[in-house]
Amino acid sequence: MSKVVEGLYYTESHEWVKVEGEFAYIGITDFAQHQLGNIVYVDIPEVGDEIKQEEEFGAVESVKAASDLLSPVSGTIVEVNEKLSDEPELINKNAFDSWILKVKLSDASELKGLMDSKAYAEICE
Amino acid sequence: MKYYDKLIFEISKEGRHGYTLPENQLAKYSIEDIPSTLLREEKAQLPEASELDVVRHYTNVSNKNFGVETGFYPLGSCTMKYNPKINDEIANMPAFSSLHPLQSDETVQGVLEVYYNLARSLSEISGLAEYTLNPFAGSHGELVGLMIMRQYHIKRGDLKRTKVIVPDSAHGTNPASAAVCGLEIVEVHSNEKGTISVEDLKPLLDDTIAGIMMTNPNTLGIFETEILEIADLIHEAGGLLYYDGANLNPLLGKCRPGDMGFDIMHINLHKTFSTPHGGGGPGSGPVGVSKALVDFLPNPRVKKDGDCYYLDNGDDSLGSISGFLGNFSVYIRAYTYILSLGKDNLKNVGPLATLNANYIKESLRQYYYLPIEGICKHEFVFDGLLDKSTGVTTLDIAKRLLDYGFHAPTIYFPLLFTQSIMIEPTETESLDTLNAFIEVMKTVAIEAKEDPETVKNAPYTTPVRRLDETMAAKKPMLIYKDLL
Repeated sequence: MSKVVEGLYYTESHEWVKVEGEFAYIGITDFAQHQLGNIVYVDIPEVGDEIKQEEEFGAVESVKAASDLLSPVSGTIVEVNEKLSDEPELINKNAFDSWILKVKLSDASELKGLMDSKAYAEICE
Repeated sequence: MKYYDKLIFEISKEGRHGYTLPENQLAKYSIEDIPSTLLREEKAQLPEASELDVVRHYTNVSNKNFGVETGFYPLGSCTMKYNPKINDEIANMPAFSSLHPLQSDETVQGVLEVYYNLARSLSEISGLAEYTLNPFAGSHGELVGLMIMRQYHIKRGDLKRTKVIVPDSAHGTNPASAAVCGLEIVEVHSNEKGTISVEDLKPLLDDTIAGIMMTNPNTLGIFETEILEIADLIHEAGGLLYYDGANLNPLLGKCRPGDMGFDIMHINLHKTFSTPHGGGGPGSGPVGVSKALVDFLPNPRVKKDGDCYYLDNGDDSLGSISGFLGNFSVYIRAYTYILSLGKDNLKNVGPLATLNANYIKESLRQYYYLPIEGICKHEFVFDGLLDKSTGVTTLDIAKRLLDYGFHAPTIYFPLLFTQSIMIEPTETESLDTLNAFIEVMKTVAIEAKEDPETVKNAPYTTPVRRLDETMAAKKPMLIYKDLL
């Protein structure tokens, strides 16, 4: 059974968003890392890049498959998790601690369209 | 067999020869006669060994390999059928093998005739007007097919069409080829029957759609029964239909992509037409088009005038996409296959491939989870074991099969399921081989329940045990010396 954390926003494509003021952290869920298996590479965009809701911003590669990362929100990237370039397996160890991007939100109202932990847990069943 | 693990360089002994040469009668030339700019600076590292040592070395190395000639190879979506020896026999005839690619047309009429006739045969088999055989591989054929699609729209002055629709069950090469061709990919979802959802497709259709890429049957081995409606919708929207010939095998003798409304397709000769796969290839990816697109085919084309064959370069063509005429030795093999089977036997290929796949599917569904019900075509997909409580994964099953002497099926593809096992037996296997495979698959499923650790640690009998795939991807050892 995969873990779901309360208080985060979720997408159907298995990304999570943690909002802190006008900023948001984005990662992939425990369910996603389970499905992917051992992650060997995370393709991360650069600080300053603009990302748009529902559009691809990167990819995760595992021994089984490569999967696009779809952005849950729109905004500007202010920080990326450098640790993941050397240790992508951190996502397997703890998906909710291993954020990929920190973005400055450009439209906080987009969050309303995302799922809460309860709704997300249901689609993972 | 004694375990053999040497490089040719390790058996090399300085000064050892395979044979002795007579005295050099041309000694009037010396190395000083060669301009220094053409001389290499370092001595070439060439192994020196006797002929017998060389033969033993390569025979031993080849014994570590597994191929269709070693055992059953049910790799889904790859059509690992037997490559009949007569194909090689004909391709090795000196009349073909000792030609030079720069010979003039009139001295290679027979070669151009083979090219022309194979193209005509493929047209008749697939229902498309004309073929180019020039692309070097299936992936190359896909790219060329999309370039033809783009050329068609550009020549009409319709520059808005930059998107290609690709189903979520498609081969990874489809979106990859489209991206290389500069087209944007739009995904369409599969429905619960495993086929394209026409309802999901409709809203995607507008004047920015260049076309759609499909296989039929699709990657799940399911025939797209709504193909005629899909073809109408795409054509009404001004787009073209591209057929990925990866799954052509089950259609042989039963139906033709051209009749379904496809405008462009590629064929993998190494799948459907029994030419060698992969490293031993080379590959070949002929591209066929409907009548309206013939002029866009790449240059040169082989044409016939009376009894003469000649090369022609067209003005509307998208240009040249390969050196000379592609991988000619592959065409001879494919043409030999078509002629040696003949029309009547060729018609049995599709039905027998379909029968074999369904036989395995129905024999194993009490043990493995079948996510898509119904009759499949040449291949089908299980989603892991039926009993999910064992913790044994698809990877474990694939590894355990190696211990029993079978090549693993395709695993973790398609991506629609998390534990995909994709099985394609082809028509060239006997009932005895199919039964032996079925028994082993059952045995592995029972082992998974009674002794899961044995399965999880497989394989035991292969030259190397289970490899660390994570490390192989993260820190690949690319040269032999890294292992020492």
